[in-house]
Amino acid sequence: MENGSTGAVVQADDVTRRYGEGDTAVEALRGVSLEIARGQLTAVMGPSGSGKSTLMHILAGLDKPTSGSVSIAGTEITRLKDSDLTKLRRTHIGFVFQFFNLLPMLTAEENIVLPLGIAGTKVEPGFFKDLIGKVGLGDRLTHRPAELSGGQQQRVAIARALVSQPTVMFADEPTGNLDSQTSSEILALMRDSVDAYGQTTVMVTHDAQAAAIADRILFLGDGLIVRDLPRSSQADVLVAMNELTAA
Amino acid sequence: MTKFALKGLLGRKLRTALTALAIVLGVAMISGTYVLTDSIDSAFDTIFTEVRRGSSAVVSGKAAFDLSEGSGTSAPAFDARVLETVREVDGVALAEGSVDSESTTLIGRDGKAVVNGGAPNLGFAIANGESAFNPLALEQGRWPGPDEVVIDTGTAEDEGFEIGETIGVQAEGAVERLKVVGFVRLDASISIGGATLAGFDLPTAQRLFEKEGRLDEIAVAASAGTTDAELIRNLEAALPEGTQVQTGQAQAADDAAGTNEFITFLQSFLLAFAGIALFVGSFVIANSLSITIAQRAREFATVRTLGGSRRQILVSIVVEALAVGVAASLIGLFLGLGLAKALFWLFDAVGFTLPNSGLLFETRTIVVSLLVGIVVTLLASLRPAIRATRVPPIAAVREGATLPESRFARFRTAGSLALTALGFAALGYGLFGDGLGTTQLLIWLGLGALLIFVGVALFAARLVRPLAAALGAPAARIGGAAGTLARDNARRNPQRTASTAAALMIGLALVTLVATLAAGITSTFRGAVDDVFTSDYAITAQNNFSPIPIEAAEAAAGAPGVEAIASTRTGEARVFDTTEFVTAVEPDSGEVITLEWKEGSQAVFRELGDDGAFVDDDYAESHDLSIGSPVTVIVPSGKRLRLTVQGIFDPPTGGSPFGRVTFSSETFDREYQSPRNLYTFIQTRGDITDANTEALEGALADFPNAKSQTRDEFVDNQIAALNQVLNILYVLLALSVIVSLFGIVNTLVLTVFERTRELGMLRAIGMTRRQVRRMIRHESVITALIGGVLGIILGVVLGALLIARVDFIEFSLPTTQLVVFAILTVVVGILAAIFPARRAAKLDPLKALQYE
Repeated sequence: MENGSTGAVVQADDVTRRYGEGDTAVEALRGVSLEIARGQLTAVMGPSGSGKSTLMHILAGLDKPTSGSVSIAGTEITRLKDSDLTKLRRTHIGFVFQFFNLLPMLTAEENIVLPLGIAGTKVEPGFFKDLIGKVGLGDRLTHRPAELSGGQQQRVAIARALVSQPTVMFADEPTGNLDSQTSSEILALMRDSVDAYGQTTVMVTHDAQAAAIADRILFLGDGLIVRDLPRSSQADVLVAMNELTAA
Repeated sequence: MTKFALKGLLGRKLRTALTALAIVLGVAMISGTYVLTDSIDSAFDTIFTEVRRGSSAVVSGKAAFDLSEGSGTSAPAFDARVLETVREVDGVALAEGSVDSESTTLIGRDGKAVVNGGAPNLGFAIANGESAFNPLALEQGRWPGPDEVVIDTGTAEDEGFEIGETIGVQAEGAVERLKVVGFVRLDASISIGGATLAGFDLPTAQRLFEKEGRLDEIAVAASAGTTDAELIRNLEAALPEGTQVQTGQAQAADDAAGTNEFITFLQSFLLAFAGIALFVGSFVIANSLSITIAQRAREFATVRTLGGSRRQILVSIVVEALAVGVAASLIGLFLGLGLAKALFWLFDAVGFTLPNSGLLFETRTIVVSLLVGIVVTLLASLRPAIRATRVPPIAAVREGATLPESRFARFRTAGSLALTALGFAALGYGLFGDGLGTTQLLIWLGLGALLIFVGVALFAARLVRPLAAALGAPAARIGGAAGTLARDNARRNPQRTASTAAALMIGLALVTLVATLAAGITSTFRGAVDDVFTSDYAITAQNNFSPIPIEAAEAAAGAPGVEAIASTRTGEARVFDTTEFVTAVEPDSGEVITLEWKEGSQAVFRELGDDGAFVDDDYAESHDLSIGSPVTVIVPSGKRLRLTVQGIFDPPTGGSPFGRVTFSSETFDREYQSPRNLYTFIQTRGDITDANTEALEGALADFPNAKSQTRDEFVDNQIAALNQVLNILYVLLALSVIVSLFGIVNTLVLTVFERTRELGMLRAIGMTRRQVRRMIRHESVITALIGGVLGIILGVVLGALLIARVDFIEFSLPTTQLVVFAILTVVVGILAAIFPARRAAKLDPLKALQYE
């Protein structure tokens, strides 16, 4: 990997994002710079409207910044053509969504290997077996999403994001649609994948429980990074959140 | 990726099946048409080949020019002594002469002529039943002797005749009763359709056909060691003028030429309707795909985030369409076999029984059906597929993702108007452009109609809001909240409603066009008959168009109460180097027919004499004729009649009742073989009375194939023939309407699926299942009515344009039919809603709300 020496796989430099024009324009991001270190789980937190989702969309190449630059694995992505961005996604990016976004007509296993099918690559048998074991789907692999619980669906989604061993996995409120018991299980799985595979992960969340598993927690407020905490307990995260909303 | 595409189809079985139906029906029509026409073609070919089996060469009468099939004019018979000449020719092993007639009517037990639609009633001589020339096989009894007849087994069974009974036979004279001595069938055991067979010995046949001492044909077998070519050469050297000879094979091909032409026409005619159905089907498919793709926007966005390229999205949708196209075309292909059977039945039901020797499934049928079905599906999928590639990956994380507007959306209104204008321009050029051949004209008309339909369909999205407001007003009033919601639902995605309605619009526009043309023709025809036919009764064949023996009119002339009677005969002749229909009139015609003379007067009828003629003003103008101009008419025997123009008349708007040139019946009867009457008109004492009607019917007792009708009956009977054609057109267009009905079903099913959550909410706040059903039904009816209103308006406009081009039809609005079509539209809407409404009503409100 190109940026192996510095340990940063995602870099943002003075990123701004404005929606709309003139009087009605909204500044979602007002100059965000950051580096995401390899093998770390980074949580991005912030109240509604803080710009945390916008930041993740821009880091992942789903949205374009109004100004500033973003690079993933050393490639500047804000000016990439659609076809090059598509290629970049295949090798470097994995996604986990709040609403799972599984394809309803495919079985769990087919959903998991879909990114490989799209990229035209083969699964590494040893890794795949290990991955399936880790997400713990067991006999549910031949079931369709409609036959799975929310937690099981999110496990499938995580396996799908991991199967191509991407440079970075982005998770958008991965527990936002799950009860707290299931949330804990999903968070444990995400932590485990970081520890076991060294999977660099960026997770957007407003859930303190989720943020507490991260190696680093970035707090966004009003389109700017306002705090940068190392690994913290759920209680510390809540304190930081309260300070933020009180300010 | 392919797997992803195909799995997607399986995951939406119902929706896929509904989409595919549109193509299935169109392809079935193509395949059915080919199977039908190939089968008829092969049946006819077998019959004609079979008839000439055993003939090395056939000698026949030679007409001076090519006669069209079924014109009633035949090549002149030749002297029977030619047979002796032929037998002397070198290389002739065997030769037998025969006479035949295509209008030898058998009379059934009920005293009525056995006539099946337009099928011929074949009469012929069987000189020697045992000879190799005889294509018939005896099923029962024996071959006929003097004053005896053999008939086909089919007629014998249908009419219940037994060997030894007598049967009425009518050829050129009055009915004769002959003894039935045998039942025959074609050796090749093939159905001959509605045709009847009557075989006689040669002298009896010659007498019945009024061809004493003459022959129509001589069948010749070559002796061993003589080639067909040698035989033909030898015969040609020996044959007198007015005869010709060709090989048996060539004669069979000649015999088949007329039917082949008819079959080719039938094929193009039916394929045109298949094309229309597929065109409508392509709208349905494009619309269904657009809706499913909009619903799957998030799915596509997700695939994009997983690294799927635009190309992969495009390919996956095209692969889906391909799979649907292949499956639908295959089903359609085989359904076509069933449809061919149904068409045989349909033609039979309208009195047009076709010969049948089993269904033929040619490779060409398979290739064309599959290819057309698949290509149409692929083309229809292209636009929705391209739109799907424009779904941005970020749509994966947004609620209620929608398809981005097409890049060309802002040109839509202008573009659709331009297309419509272009369509009308093409149509106008086709109609009013100078010097266009029939094929070119049809191509321009077709192209124009196509562009207009696409243009109006695209523009319709703009009309949906106002139309739904107007057409939905009654729904809102009678349906309460459900009706109001239905109206608003129809308006909320105008593009979708418009596309759905457009499919129905096309079918209804064509149906209305046909009705408008028919109304024009009917009303103009009535007017023309009113102007020309200024007497009380008319005599025609039972089927209203076959020529009938002159003796029938002669018999009627003897009926009490007849003051004046005159008949019209028709035949073909060569005039100014073109083969034309000519007519002949009797001297008393002036008493029963009134023409508007530009030159001459009613007296012309009586004064035609040996060399007089009259023409219509159009013909006079194009050939620069005036009173006293010479006109040379070449009759089939090759004789030139030098006639002089004595009158020029202005035909009524409904068209001339006469051929291009009309001369006296006296001249006609002298020059034409077996002259027959097309119409006979009669003036009676005291006009139309029961006594006169009875007297005429009594006088015609010996002519079962002739019927006397009052003026009004005559007009109705003539129009009935047109109505039969109309009914066939309606049945064929119904296919397109059915396809569009499935389009509405499909849209509604997809819409219900899309609004599951909303329906759950409505049920949760107290809407009953009944109200849900009503809401869907009203939306369906409003959509159908939008298509109906647009279609009816378009149909009337197109009809008026066509009528403006044809100067012998006047425009007349078919009010009754239009009301029927409007009701039909509502029925289509109600039918289309049945299934989707049931599905919507069955939704469990709780489940509907949980649905993600």
